Amino acid sequence: MEEMAEIKMENHQPKGANNSEDWTLVIRPKSGWFDLHLSDLWRYRDLIIMFVRRDFFSLYKQTILGPLWFFIQPLLTTLTFTVIFGNIAKLDTDGMPKVLFYLSGITAWNYFSDCLMKTSETFNVNASIFGKVFFPRLVVPLSVVISNLIKFGIQLLLFLAFYLYFLLGDNNIHPTSAILLLPVLLLMMAALGLGTGILVSSLTTKYRDLRFLVQFGTQLLMYTTPVIFPLSKLPEQYKWIMAANPMTPIIETFRYAFLGTGTFSWGLLGYSAAVTVIIFAVGIVLFNRVQKTFMDTV
Amino acid sequence: MSRTVIQVENLSKHYRLGVLGGKRLVDDFSRQWAKLTGKPDPLSKIGGNPRAKNNGKNGNSADELWALNDVSFDVKEGEVLGIIGRNGAGKSTLLKILSRVTAPTTGEVRVKGRIASLLEVGTGFHPELTGRENLFLNGAILGMTKTEIRAKFDEIVDFAEVEKFIDTPVKRYSSGMYVRLAFAVAAHLEPEILIVDEVLAVGDAEFQKKCLGKMGNVASQGRTVLFVSHNMVAVQTLCRRAIMLSDGQLTGQGEPADMITEYLQSFTVQEQVSKWDSPDAAPGNDVLKIKSIKIAPEGSQPDGIISMQAPINIETEFWSITPGRAVHISYHLLNEQGIVVLTTSSTSTQYDTGIYRSALQIPGGLLNSGLYHLKLIIVESGARATYTNNGIASFSVVDVSSRTIGYLGKEPGVVQPSLAWHTESIGNIK
Repeated sequence: MEEMAEIKMENHQPKGANNSEDWTLVIRPKSGWFDLHLSDLWRYRDLIIMFVRRDFFSLYKQTILGPLWFFIQPLLTTLTFTVIFGNIAKLDTDGMPKVLFYLSGITAWNYFSDCLMKTSETFNVNASIFGKVFFPRLVVPLSVVISNLIKFGIQLLLFLAFYLYFLLGDNNIHPTSAILLLPVLLLMMAALGLGTGILVSSLTTKYRDLRFLVQFGTQLLMYTTPVIFPLSKLPEQYKWIMAANPMTPIIETFRYAFLGTGTFSWGLLGYSAAVTVIIFAVGIVLFNRVQKTFMDTV
Repeated sequence: MSRTVIQVENLSKHYRLGVLGGKRLVDDFSRQWAKLTGKPDPLSKIGGNPRAKNNGKNGNSADELWALNDVSFDVKEGEVLGIIGRNGAGKSTLLKILSRVTAPTTGEVRVKGRIASLLEVGTGFHPELTGRENLFLNGAILGMTKTEIRAKFDEIVDFAEVEKFIDTPVKRYSSGMYVRLAFAVAAHLEPEILIVDEVLAVGDAEFQKKCLGKMGNVASQGRTVLFVSHNMVAVQTLCRRAIMLSDGQLTGQGEPADMITEYLQSFTVQEQVSKWDSPDAAPGNDVLKIKSIKIAPEGSQPDGIISMQAPINIETEFWSITPGRAVHISYHLLNEQGIVVLTTSSTSTQYDTGIYRSALQIPGGLLNSGLYHLKLIIVESGARATYTNNGIASFSVVDVSSRTIGYLGKEPGVVQPSLAWHTESIGNIK
């Protein structure tokens, strides 16, 4: 706080104010586009942790199965996909065991889509809190991304259990050194989900229509990622659609890392990283811009 | 001279009503396009009436509102500043800007020290979480660190009186417990500047007393308090200085007592004078017609504020249109609950034709604060009520006394006479 105020005072000298150098806070109509106050986030780190705890622990309170739901959801989806797309529609899975193929895709995709959907509601859901107390608004979407990371971790364990089973049963799968990229992939998914989410969230304060778009838009988006069928099995003329989706290289790399088959390309991954950085940056800047006055529009 | 901790300079806040910046994307594009090509905004309404009342900068058209208009004031360290004004005067907007919930349109606020606001207590409470979990969460939302909260934990729980239920989800709390816990967290923030908005409406008398004690402590420790309230007794008692807002503008600042008088006067007190122009339209029967009823505090004009201490003069003028019949006027004084507080009558008289005036006085230090109605009854021959009007006039009695810190709400009781207490020693124990 103190450093921030000093920076501000340099480009603003109030007329006639005595000992003006020790104002701790200056409230002004508009800050610059890049006046992001990211240091505030650090000061509020305890709040981030507490929001994570709240989101996480309140989720399955008063349910009978409790945290088991973390497993049931991906398991049932995998089962459905295996039966419908694998056994009935007989879609190819690059020769990988169907269960592993779908489960890996679903686990990774769920993390991204959960981040996107939850953060896209930031302003609307928290309007009542935001209307009363000030804290850096970015705390909320950040805590969403972190609590979803925990959920992802749990679901990854489920995947690893299946993975070990199939690995020991020798199904022609083998981990590759791309597994070292896992933290990078996670970071990219988080940044992409968060960036898109807060971008949408900032725009929904004005254009409510977007809220509905996000709902099924995320679902539609899934069909342009290789969750259900691998990129390699797509006809050439449609490949670019899927490749243009920044989530595609992430999921392909995720599979390649564990299963050893699939498309891995530094070029595609680099493209995905670039898109992620751009969306993330635009999202943060716009979010920061909107947070100052959104209370007047909701 | 103590230093200035808050400096508000030319603060304004503008709202566009109804339009909300164009709900549809198309509107926004056409607006932006017009901006780029230098044409006027295609969506702005033509010929919006500038409101006469609030002719500040730009004027207020029908879909525009300056919730705050060029407000400037300073607050010194350790000062308890009362902010008063009617609903919609801009108090909440001012507090929202100060607590950074929304940004001003123009102007600037400079602050020294941490601000915490009790705009509404219990913000961010999650019903599924226990009292303990919520305490930490709420504290963090209000800007405390975990270590700070842990250090104060026992004190907060003690203050809120919820030790037994601290590990119960707050959805099982009674509303009283919920509010107490919420307020307790906020009260232990220890910021340099505390913004308090109408917390006195919260909890029972006992808890109110505790809260006000806490506020008094905060102030006596040299910290600054901004206090917004409609409770004039509280403002009078707690604040050393007050500012008044009306229609978004700062209309006065100074001694709380002066500001309160000004504030109360801003209410329309027209009902304290009821007048009729001719006997034909006036209330009454075929003997008497009421010409006017004026209600005023002793030694003041009819538009004066009637405080609890002031004697109240009620002056009735009437036309006597039929001579030779014995009549008298009877008044029943009813309070807000419809309870008859007192009745009073003139003596039964045969009036000649003409205009008469009769006056009576309700002694000061008798009525409780509140709204009163006068019921008029004209009685003939000392027994027969021939005309009744259930609410011919009304007036408010306000409590503007300053009390020692303690209970600041309205005391119960139909009447509130100032009674003298005399206590003396009558011996030792054993």
